[in-house]
Amino acid sequence: MDAMAAIKQTFFQECEEQLGELEIGLLVLQDGDTDPETVNAVFRAVHSIKGGAGAFNLDELVHFAHVFENVLDHLRAGRLAASGDVLKTMLRAADMLADLVRAARDGTAADTGRRDTLAAELRALDPEAAGKDLDSGHQDSHGDDLDGPVFEAVPISFDDMEIESTPDEHQFIIHFTPKPDLYAKANETALLMRELCSLGEAVITCDFSRLPVLEELDPEGSYLSWSIELRTVQDENAVRAVFEFVEWDCELDVAQVGAAQGLDDMALEALIEKMQATVEAELAAPEVPPNDVQASMDEPLAAQAGSAGQALGNPPGGKPDAGKSSQATIRVDLDRVDRLINLVGELVINQAMLTQRMLEAGLARASGVATGLDELEQLTREIQDSVMAIRAQPVKSVFQRMPRLVREVAVMTGKSVRLTTAGENTEVDKTVIERLADPLTHMIRNAIDHGLETPELRAAAGKPEEGLVHLSALHRSGRIVIEVADDGAGIDRPRVKAIAAEKGLIAAEAPLSDEEIDNLIFLPGFSTASTVSDISGRGVGMDVVRRSIQALGGRISIRSKPRQGSTFTMSLPLTLAVLDGMVVTVAGETLVVPLTAIIETLQPKADAVHGFGGNSRVIAIRDQFIPLIDVGHELDYRSGFADPCKSVALLVESEGHVRSALLVDAILGQRQVVIKSLETNYQHVPGIAAATILGDGRVALILDVDAVVAGSRVAATGFEQLCAAG
Amino acid sequence: MTETASNPDQRPTDLARACELIAFRMGTREFCVDIMSVREIRGWTKATALPKSPSFVRGVVNLRGTVLPIVDLSARLGFPAAEPTARHVIIVAQIGAQTIGLLVDAVSDILTVTDDLVHPTPDVASDMAKTFVRGVLAVDQRMISLIALDQVLPVCEQDAA
Repeated sequence: MDAMAAIKQTFFQECEEQLGELEIGLLVLQDGDTDPETVNAVFRAVHSIKGGAGAFNLDELVHFAHVFENVLDHLRAGRLAASGDVLKTMLRAADMLADLVRAARDGTAADTGRRDTLAAELRALDPEAAGKDLDSGHQDSHGDDLDGPVFEAVPISFDDMEIESTPDEHQFIIHFTPKPDLYAKANETALLMRELCSLGEAVITCDFSRLPVLEELDPEGSYLSWSIELRTVQDENAVRAVFEFVEWDCELDVAQVGAAQGLDDMALEALIEKMQATVEAELAAPEVPPNDVQASMDEPLAAQAGSAGQALGNPPGGKPDAGKSSQATIRVDLDRVDRLINLVGELVINQAMLTQRMLEAGLARASGVATGLDELEQLTREIQDSVMAIRAQPVKSVFQRMPRLVREVAVMTGKSVRLTTAGENTEVDKTVIERLADPLTHMIRNAIDHGLETPELRAAAGKPEEGLVHLSALHRSGRIVIEVADDGAGIDRPRVKAIAAEKGLIAAEAPLSDEEIDNLIFLPGFSTASTVSDISGRGVGMDVVRRSIQALGGRISIRSKPRQGSTFTMSLPLTLAVLDGMVVTVAGETLVVPLTAIIETLQPKADAVHGFGGNSRVIAIRDQFIPLIDVGHELDYRSGFADPCKSVALLVESEGHVRSALLVDAILGQRQVVIKSLETNYQHVPGIAAATILGDGRVALILDVDAVVAGSRVAATGFEQLCAAG
Repeated sequence: MTETASNPDQRPTDLARACELIAFRMGTREFCVDIMSVREIRGWTKATALPKSPSFVRGVVNLRGTVLPIVDLSARLGFPAAEPTARHVIIVAQIGAQTIGLLVDAVSDILTVTDDLVHPTPDVASDMAKTFVRGVLAVDQRMISLIALDQVLPVCEQDAA
């Protein structure tokens, strides 16, 4: 069953992709796009999920997808207008479908009540359901009381539903004689029989008469044939569809018994045409007579059989999305990529060590060895970049989850919100992406809950009732910058200050700049929501966001304008695996300072350094006085203070645009280093972000600039324990 | 000293309950750990000091690409800190998901013992004995303390601060 589990896993992976396509498509439609290809893409997505789910007997999923698909089919055929309300329902249905997929994957129970309500809403959209009751045994919801016994909260199998729908049964006599080719193409007759049985009641008899004696038996020949008596509510097309992929490799005879009238030729032709159109993902959907109820009903079944065929490794003529995917991709186990990345990291270290040994051995620059080493270094860099690119992913995967969040939060808060995104294709390392979702979720919730005003307040302020949240990503100087902007009221600075003072976070009369007040919201234990709402305001707000971003080596800042809105900006490293750093020495220890933090380096002059009471010192740089931090002292490498004139100062900018000068003994050079976690085998060390291995094979520590700066400030005010907590 | 000195030549009869221990010296004292938790033994190389760490953490070294913290076991157990030379060894041990290096003077022996040869820790007041020593063995009139490694790394210092 391992193979089956693997196929199932692939199915769920594909489902996630399809759900993404579905949501994007619906959002595009909501924006007024009427491209038939978009509608087709949406339809295909639901259709593929349904088809796959059918192959795995996920009845609940099939059922919901089927209802959804019916409505989408009307949309596709132009019988239903893509109005705002329709799309809103569809978006919620898409969310429900996603929940059902996840429930099926994790084996948990989905919210059946919500499912049934949404299924009812979908049926209500069906322009034809009203008169005909075409869809299933369930009555549609027109005029029906939802409390009635219409929607039972039990999983309803697809088969039952169909049997209920058209009470008149057909009887078929099927003769099926496979040719050897059928087996050669790895088809399995038993599965076809099983598929037939799923249509209705089948009596299967196998004909052994052509079976030769053992000596004459060709192991690759085909000697068996079957007669099947099938009683089903399906029509002949559904029965034939079971054999769709073996049609040319067998003799098949399907005869209907009794006085049931088949579809007329016209309808049949239209149906076949339509099926092909779906399968090949043709742009133009052929016209289907509006009354051709049978056709739209049966088509999914055909596709279901098709998916079963796919799952069995029998590629059908055209995979539903074959025409669409332009880039060839492969799925690779993440462990393998990680192993490769680790190995390349080792290679980089080794190459650096080799270079250093060569220099130590006194091999002249002119020698061929040096040239070879240079080339090796370049190649190693390129390999590293390429390997990192494998794991890089567009932030789309995280951004895609946000529209749903926005819808849910909007409903909960009673606000009208529109989410726009930009730069979804900005790529960043997978490890960063994974840890981006939580802070981003929180920021968006905050933007809607705290940032945006209620529709009434907005109207009063002369703004459109619909609030805007803009989510964007871009690359800037080797980092990824993600912004969450809202057009709400902006930060209420007097109130923020009052609350901070009330909670004892600041002194009441502390003179603070606007920027400093804005940054108060990042303090632990700060929450401005007057009522603790369901969404945010549990007092674990922005400080948690800030901490999780800092843990990623990132920074977060806020800009806010009263009445115009706030913008949160996160800046994150593109990868958590390598870092460009400046190698420095401090009290005999080698340290690496992340290059992104450094603005400039300078040699302090004696008259530029001023004492500032206690151990605090400042340095004058172009008319600005900047706190001087002795790294060696800060990290307890030495008890005294270094002489600034014999040291080098690194002007750094830490979070919140705070500038400080870090005093180190000497600069050794710049280098790309491979980040090694200290937490793996040890624990977090205050003031240290991680470790790395330098060219001489020794471990060097990577300085956590923000923590050192923050630590020095706390230390200056005398709370040494807080500094240790870092 | 323990009351009954067991004969080390007495091979364990019940092999299922036998276990192997690596014995090592620190100063004049002898200790041992379960061989199953030992990954390798290597010579001392200079460690990179970690700031704001307990004194018994000597720093970190590069073990083929892994950043390996080094614990001075002598200092950890409350004895004088070691002054490592090239003759000192690092026992690379696996504790749970973490790999750490233990700085000791020298590895002396591999012992095969059964559970009944391990005597309970004598009831002495030392905190060290209570925290780290799981039992004592008597081998050739020597006392060898069996160390439990799971307490060797410091608990999260942040909690204490």
